[in-house]
Amino acid sequence: MKFMLKAGLAGIGVLALAACSTPATPGDTTAPTGGTQTTTTETTGTTAEVTSSDTLTVVTHGSFELPEELLEKFATDTGLEVTYVQPGDSGTMVNQLILTKDSPLGDVVYGIDNTYASRAWEAGILSDYETDALPATSSQFDADGLTPIDFGDVCLNADTEWFAEKGLAVPTTLDDLVKPEYKDLLVVTDPAASSPGLAFLFATVGAKGDDWLEYWQQLKDNGVKVAPGWTEAYYTDFSGADGKGAYPLVLSYASSPAYAPTTEALLGTCFRQIEYAGVIKGAQNEEGARKFIDFMLSPEVQAAFPENMYMYPVIAETKLPEEWAANAPLATSPIEVSSADIDANRDAWIRAWTEAMA
Amino acid sequence: MDPRLDRGDGLRQALSWRLGWALAALIPAAFLVLFFAWPAATLVARGFHDGSAWTLDGFRQVFSSRRTWSAIGFTLGSATLSTAVCLLLGLPGAYLLYRCSFPGRDLLRALITVPFVLPTVVVGVAFGSLLRPDGLLGWLNLEGTPVAILAAMVFFNYSVIVRTVGTMWARLDPRLAQAASTLGASPLRALRSVTIPALTPAIVSGASLVFLFSASSYGIVMVLGQSRYRTIETEIWYLTTRLLDLPSAAALSITQLVIVTAALWLSGRAQARMTRALKLQPNVDAERGLTFSRDGAALITTLAVALILLGLPLANLVWRSLHRAGEFTVANYTQLATDGGGSVSVWRALSTSLTTALAATALAVTLGMLVALVASRRPRQQAGRHALATLESLFLLPLGVSAVTVGFGYLITLNRPPLDLRSSIVLIPIAQAIVALPLVVRTLLPTLRAIDPRQLEAAATLGSTPWQVLRRIELPHLGRAVGLAVGFAFATSLGEFGATSFLARPDNPTLPVLIFRLFSRPGSENYGVALAASVVLAGLAGITMAVAERMRPKEVAAW
Repeated sequence: MKFMLKAGLAGIGVLALAACSTPATPGDTTAPTGGTQTTTTETTGTTAEVTSSDTLTVVTHGSFELPEELLEKFATDTGLEVTYVQPGDSGTMVNQLILTKDSPLGDVVYGIDNTYASRAWEAGILSDYETDALPATSSQFDADGLTPIDFGDVCLNADTEWFAEKGLAVPTTLDDLVKPEYKDLLVVTDPAASSPGLAFLFATVGAKGDDWLEYWQQLKDNGVKVAPGWTEAYYTDFSGADGKGAYPLVLSYASSPAYAPTTEALLGTCFRQIEYAGVIKGAQNEEGARKFIDFMLSPEVQAAFPENMYMYPVIAETKLPEEWAANAPLATSPIEVSSADIDANRDAWIRAWTEAMA
Repeated sequence: MDPRLDRGDGLRQALSWRLGWALAALIPAAFLVLFFAWPAATLVARGFHDGSAWTLDGFRQVFSSRRTWSAIGFTLGSATLSTAVCLLLGLPGAYLLYRCSFPGRDLLRALITVPFVLPTVVVGVAFGSLLRPDGLLGWLNLEGTPVAILAAMVFFNYSVIVRTVGTMWARLDPRLAQAASTLGASPLRALRSVTIPALTPAIVSGASLVFLFSASSYGIVMVLGQSRYRTIETEIWYLTTRLLDLPSAAALSITQLVIVTAALWLSGRAQARMTRALKLQPNVDAERGLTFSRDGAALITTLAVALILLGLPLANLVWRSLHRAGEFTVANYTQLATDGGGSVSVWRALSTSLTTALAATALAVTLGMLVALVASRRPRQQAGRHALATLESLFLLPLGVSAVTVGFGYLITLNRPPLDLRSSIVLIPIAQAIVALPLVVRTLLPTLRAIDPRQLEAAATLGSTPWQVLRRIELPHLGRAVGLAVGFAFATSLGEFGATSFLARPDNPTLPVLIFRLFSRPGSENYGVALAASVVLAGLAGITMAVAERMRPKEVAAW
């Protein structure tokens, strides 16, 4: 889905780091698979020419939003004239970048998520960059050619007040949802149109394997409602939000309860969404692109993630806002599907889903 | 001018006028080609070329899918029905709001236009909460049904019929119908055999707009169709943005083009057959007070539409914007005015929206006037008339072609200097002008077409130069409709979201983009502020249309 959005940017103390980071070899095909090992300062191999210019074009997904002061600081500190463009959600953005490969849309991209990461890399729209700003503790998130910036869990949320009133136990697993006592209680979003919807589709694939489509059939029989997007599902249909709708179970994020204390996330139903930044292949300003990636990992920007983009900072030491610490725990073992598996099957799964649910 | 002009001069002058008209047609045509046809065609061409050879695989793939056929069927069916319902409800509305005078009429005129400019996400919220099982209209069980989609299409397009037909009706010489009555025709008979035929150009014009808008509606179907219903437009969006399956998307774009062209051709034929020159009165006082026996049916229909179909969702929106966490409050508005927009203040979004809309309106109205003037020429040869009809239709095409196709097309065409506009803010008003241009043309053209040719001939015979005819007869007629065209263009641009969303700039969002963002954020504060911002946008649109209506140039009224 779309979730947050916004813009602006600014630089930060990261620049110091950026200044000493070394360019990776462009076209490097041996991207590390184990993750960026802490602060590598020296990269081996010949350092190819890194392009640079005094303007920087940042391509972001529709949810990009950071305090203006931060964005201004980035511009001042680097002396760059920064333009932000926002062509759509993660999927639309990646497809636009693929379409414009011969004449890139910008220098650096932020907002490619793990469901599109391998498509982006395979399509050759990225040039590898290994930042020094990413600590070893965050290497679990690494992906080819991309730098992880933030992450979040897409989970079902329950209106706990509603369940308490009805004297019904809050469901905890995907299997609970197809039980008769939970009939007509769940609203999810269309995977073809919304990114949490797609994430939840992957969750069912990860959990049910080859039987996932059958599981959806059961959900359908049990009265699942499919809303077009997160806004409609959460604000119109969900009983725990302002719309006071009729459905006490909704597809949302693990972080949503931080803003709606009478709700909770069902941590057994989560799919982890990781958002990345990367240098666009053919960038006019690779140097600026790298600085931007380092900036996104700076303590100030990382700390701004929860309140501005509703995602968890990828750097674990970052302090979280109080409501997050109290109400928005992460799933301990989110449901996983490999990026390669997703890339190979995404379209087929979506098509199968739409044919089955239409 | 001097009637003793010698023949050579006359010929030269006729030639230079023709050249002038050709130039006048060339400017808008170049704009259309550059910012619409070329980008869209380039993207579609990519779909038919797999990198090494031309292929028609897309067609095979698309048309072998059941999904495609149901999308085509739903597109045609819903658009046809929506057009029919809009006509049925809109004609009484046009009569009541443009032919009768009563207190509150101007307010009502402005109110019915508000839905036209609302972004779909707002309509989704307004309709969604009315129709869901526990909503005010939940008992109708319409949630997620084609009826809900149809209702929303009519909600959007009702005013198109009322305005296009109404403005013409207002200027129809009332003596025609009076004569019919004097000769013994019943009011209904007079309506059927005198008034309606006279209004046909405007009716066909409005109906074809409604058909195109309905057939290309993306947001309504996405938001209210609950993924069960698909149109060609939503399929193109899906194939392009999700799958980047350009061959299939291209095949569907061609299909869409065929449907749109067919619709335009049909409406063009109908218009050509039925347009008769009318005796239009630029400033008649044809309005009369309400008489229940005569106007009761129109009054009741229009009030029912205004109160239930249009009023209820809007009132619901206002009502909800005045609540937070179940309490009645103006907090959403106070927060909107202070820090409600997140990192971008609502004031900035508002000023971006207004600036963009002004630029888009200036572009669309200037180009639209040129197109309307050229297309309203009356060449003697049939070939000339055909050429003009084609020209006119070309400018309606943007309504029928997917914003996704154009948006993605921009990326692969406007990508090199001197036209590297992809990240330029200039592209937003340009894209909006492309969307508004068809409306402007369709608003202006019927007025020019309806000028009695004898009036023009008489002027020429009496020695007026073409320039004098243009200045003294045609431009004043045109000026009369310009207020409305400006209003439509401005309001369209204010509410435009489809094309804008592809070109959006995070640091400079327009108001609809900001609303969309706020609705996408968690927390009841963001939601409430988004509702308040929607109400502001709706109010702005209403005010725009009300002002446009009043901004009729003085010299025109005096003419």
